[in-house]
Amino acid sequence: MSAVKKHKTLRQSAHYTALSIVTIFYISPILYMIIGSFKPSGEVLGGLGGLIPRNMSLDNYRFVFKFFDSDATGHFWHFYMTSAFVSFMIVFFGLIVNSMAAYSLARLRWRGRNYIQTIIVLLVILPFEAIAVPLFYILRDYRNTYFVQYIPFIASAFSIYLFYTFFINLPLEIQESARLDGASPWKIFIKILVPMSKPVFASVTILTFLASWSAFLFPVMMVDESDVVPLPVEMAIFWSQPPTDWGAIFAFGVLLVLPVMIVFLAFQRWFIQSVASSAIKG
Amino acid sequence: MANKKLGSDNLAGWLFVSPALILLTLFVAIPFGSAFFFSLYNIKLNSDRPKTWMGIEQYRRILFDPDLSPIFYKSLLNNLQFALMVVPVQTSLAVLLAVMLNVKLRGISYFRVFYFMPVVFPMSLVAVIWSLLYSRDQLGIANTFLSKLSFGLISPVDWLGNPKIALISIAILSVWAGVGFQMVIILAGLQEIPSELYEAASIDKANKFQQFRHITIPGLRNTLIFVVIITTIFSLRLFDQVYILTQGGPLDSTSTVMFQAVTSAFGEGNVGRGSAFTVVFVLIIIVITVAQRFFLREQREVK
Repeated sequence: MSAVKKHKTLRQSAHYTALSIVTIFYISPILYMIIGSFKPSGEVLGGLGGLIPRNMSLDNYRFVFKFFDSDATGHFWHFYMTSAFVSFMIVFFGLIVNSMAAYSLARLRWRGRNYIQTIIVLLVILPFEAIAVPLFYILRDYRNTYFVQYIPFIASAFSIYLFYTFFINLPLEIQESARLDGASPWKIFIKILVPMSKPVFASVTILTFLASWSAFLFPVMMVDESDVVPLPVEMAIFWSQPPTDWGAIFAFGVLLVLPVMIVFLAFQRWFIQSVASSAIKG
Repeated sequence: MANKKLGSDNLAGWLFVSPALILLTLFVAIPFGSAFFFSLYNIKLNSDRPKTWMGIEQYRRILFDPDLSPIFYKSLLNNLQFALMVVPVQTSLAVLLAVMLNVKLRGISYFRVFYFMPVVFPMSLVAVIWSLLYSRDQLGIANTFLSKLSFGLISPVDWLGNPKIALISIAILSVWAGVGFQMVIILAGLQEIPSELYEAASIDKANKFQQFRHITIPGLRNTLIFVVIITTIFSLRLFDQVYILTQGGPLDSTSTVMFQAVTSAFGEGNVGRGSAFTVVFVLIIIVITVAQRFFLREQREVK
């Protein structure tokens, strides 16, 4: 008995060890960025030595804040505000508009519903790349504004689809009894459906926030003035300008990913679940 | 009674759906339709000349013009090569990782977090980090590894500057960034396979590999079909990494159809041609998706 048990723990620790080695190897690029952001720039590019935490300081972070503190370069907090504001608008109004549409499609009976439903399903398949160029041309007179970065992304066929699959699986009885009591569709939506649907609201929030915080293709085309540039685009610009200051670039990268990482680590179960479930339903 | 109800929701139904519907029409449906419309005209940015009708001339140029068509076919080929590298490698790595993580051990779920982490990274940041790993001199991490593993036999590689290697380098970083996403989906698929099957197989003395071959893979069939389709579409959409790291170079070895669409319209101001590239891009996506669904379903039925 004890020999079997011993064998089992041995196999378990072998599994842990193998897994740990693979994992450390896998996340080494992330470790490299984090460690590099605290090291003197000259030491970041130094073979495997770049991975050794040595001479650590906050100098790179101070440099980034000091470098982006003039009207010529833009202000760092401004990039942050742009990204945060644009993401907030997309997430907040997206939740309202898309959940309402999904409620209508899943729970209300009206003429023409089937056509609209088919159109939404077709739009889910369409990648953003398929409309990037014409959208850029249509909106060319509104370049370098905030709203051009969020208005087109509020309504999302994919979010509607996620809400729809959740709503359609909720029990109908409560809605029907409220309806017989004379409650309006709006009241049923706000008072009954929304409180029952916290998981799907959380999932859509997470997925939408991830996409909007990382947005690159559209802002690259629409925005080039520093007071409306979002973080990812500004980082790519900063990176491409010589002389390449690796410590500072990595510090910028850490600051860019920090909000997402904090939310991710705090709600990692939610994150992973919502990504998996969204994919499986799609 | 039922009819009365049907009537009573008509107004509310349209009211609830209309904000999303209006936005989707304005910012998705109309631009999508315009892509085709724009591609039939000669539309230039920063030009006062009125747009002129061109018909299908734009497409003829892209497909047959001796000056313009080579870059299109090169880009299309790159897209396909990229997909042929990324899809099998990323899917099998994801299955491998998912199987490793699908054991009942304490703390195993924390490992999931690490593999999922790159998924929450903006692709622009992934590209910037890897540009340093790919540094062409001896001090780049990728070159250091190669040199250490080969005991100094392999000389430093110019990862992003060598036309033969650049696309492979971009494929590697894309697999790294995306494998956690696939892994999570496959892990969910694995957990739906009834554990009784494995228990029965153990009783029948089937070894781990036989179990994997005859229970895991068939049990994952639907999940894998789905993963292959979305990974293919993801790899056809390749843009951010190329735009940041190589701008399609060297010698167009990393140019993609989407990259051509954006550089024509945005870089050169040729909106007509950019739109034509977009239309071709959409057609490719549709053809490949339909073909894949058809092909994979066929296989499933034979099985």
